[in-house]
Amino acid sequence: MFLWFHKLGSPPHFYRIAGRWIPWLLAIFAVLLLSGLYGGLFVAPPDYQQGESYRIIFIHVPSAWMSLFIYVVMAFCGVVVLVWRMKLAEVVLISSAPIGASFTFLALATGSLWGKPMWGTWWVWDARLTSELILLFLYLGVIGLHNAIDDKRIASRAVAILAIVGVVNIPIIHYSVEWWHSLHQGPTVTKFDKPSIHLSMLIPLLLMALAFKVYYVLTLFQSSRAELLKRERNSKWVEELSRGQ
Amino acid sequence: MMSEFLNMGGYAAYVWPSYGLAAVVLWLNWYLPRRQHEQLLLRLKRQHRDTGEQKHDPRS
Amino acid sequence: MNRLSLTQAFIFLLRRDLTLVLRNRGEFANPLLFFILVITLFPLAIGAIPELLARIAPGIIWVAALLAAMLSLDSIFRSDFEDGSLEQLLLSAHPMAVLVLAKVCAHWLVTGLPLLIMAPILAEMLGMAEEAQGILFITILLGTPVLSLIGSIGVALTIGLRKGGIILSLLVLPLYVPVLIFAASAIDGASAGFEVTKQINMLLAFLFLALSLSPWATASALRMSMS
Repeated sequence: MFLWFHKLGSPPHFYRIAGRWIPWLLAIFAVLLLSGLYGGLFVAPPDYQQGESYRIIFIHVPSAWMSLFIYVVMAFCGVVVLVWRMKLAEVVLISSAPIGASFTFLALATGSLWGKPMWGTWWVWDARLTSELILLFLYLGVIGLHNAIDDKRIASRAVAILAIVGVVNIPIIHYSVEWWHSLHQGPTVTKFDKPSIHLSMLIPLLLMALAFKVYYVLTLFQSSRAELLKRERNSKWVEELSRGQ
Repeated sequence: MMSEFLNMGGYAAYVWPSYGLAAVVLWLNWYLPRRQHEQLLLRLKRQHRDTGEQKHDPRS
Repeated sequence: MNRLSLTQAFIFLLRRDLTLVLRNRGEFANPLLFFILVITLFPLAIGAIPELLARIAPGIIWVAALLAAMLSLDSIFRSDFEDGSLEQLLLSAHPMAVLVLAKVCAHWLVTGLPLLIMAPILAEMLGMAEEAQGILFITILLGTPVLSLIGSIGVALTIGLRKGGIILSLLVLPLYVPVLIFAASAIDGASAGFEVTKQINMLLAFLFLALSLSPWATASALRMSMS
């Protein structure tokens, strides 16, 4: 097990394996996405309260889940970077950041698009939207810090520390914002309240969530490969790779 | 039937932009690293062809 | 062998930093001046309507405190970084986290403490309710050390950068949100005559959490920045 872990951690090995997995992941993603979309857009009945507009849920909720999930993955990689100085973890950590930021942005944008017909305005200082906004700032901080430091090995460690600090703070921020919201709640009752979700809506929702997970691995492999190549461009295996083909 | 579906019960202006935006963002996340990767490979190949049989230079 | 004990080292470092600051008074006065200036701007911008000012006073005092704390952060490690004494500290036999704590304490004494003294005067100027002023004092007493502690992580991460300023605010301000929420709401609650023990307890919890965790993060960030 450790040997396998160690082997996967070596850049050339990961580069090859990831390259081999990408087509398969793409196929799985396509299947999940299409069945999720089919279930969500055609099969699931309109909501009795929100009509058809609730169909944004199939994008919004999985994006919000992913935005948190990816940050946790980053923090986990951060621990690996700081403890074992593993190069692959550095690459995975920084390649995850833009994907996580994208999902956070999507959660915000679709939340706003959903809010307009439901609340009548594009933006409401809803607890979940506000936490999501702060999460976006955390992601941008990670990306900004990584870009600002020229030596990428040092940058990786800086980002690792930041990701860990961030992940400790996320629950606190989330709790604070929830509490703040409950204190200042306006006259409009939030309509994101968890309804007793019907099975015909739950299944496509889970399918979409799964599709997004697979998508994350897929793009992560893609961008990690690019990042690895960039960082290791002077190494032997990259030279062999570019000569060999 | 089709136009009814596209109309989304009057919420088309909100539902479809959500899906469209998601498609664009997800596609960009897929396409940009891919393009970067390809360009990098191409550049490395050219570089190694130019240096030809020369010895491996760690700074190249 | 004349080795300093950990407590001695802590006190020594604290006194050294305080002496350095007292010699250079600008550093001491600037964040305070900024704090007062920002608060002065609000009545000018929104009009000097007493009820309105009293209503938003907790918010603007705390936002101003947040910004003042952030602007002053750079000075925690800057001069030591530039003259190389930070490297010496890293080489010392004492745990870096404790030394970091000494430096952060010194920093708080020169930037946080003045705010503590000034805030009641500003609160009076903004017409804040009498009963809220004691709570304001407590929130600043408990909140500003948290700002310095969290901020020290951000500074340690960006100290080597030429344009660290903008990045620093991006790193640090989101992490300040919980303190802002609970501090402002405590004052708000108090001026409306509510019980605010919960908010104060939360601030206390943040303080202990930051005290116990952030020096370690700062120390490892410094080690990273100096490598």
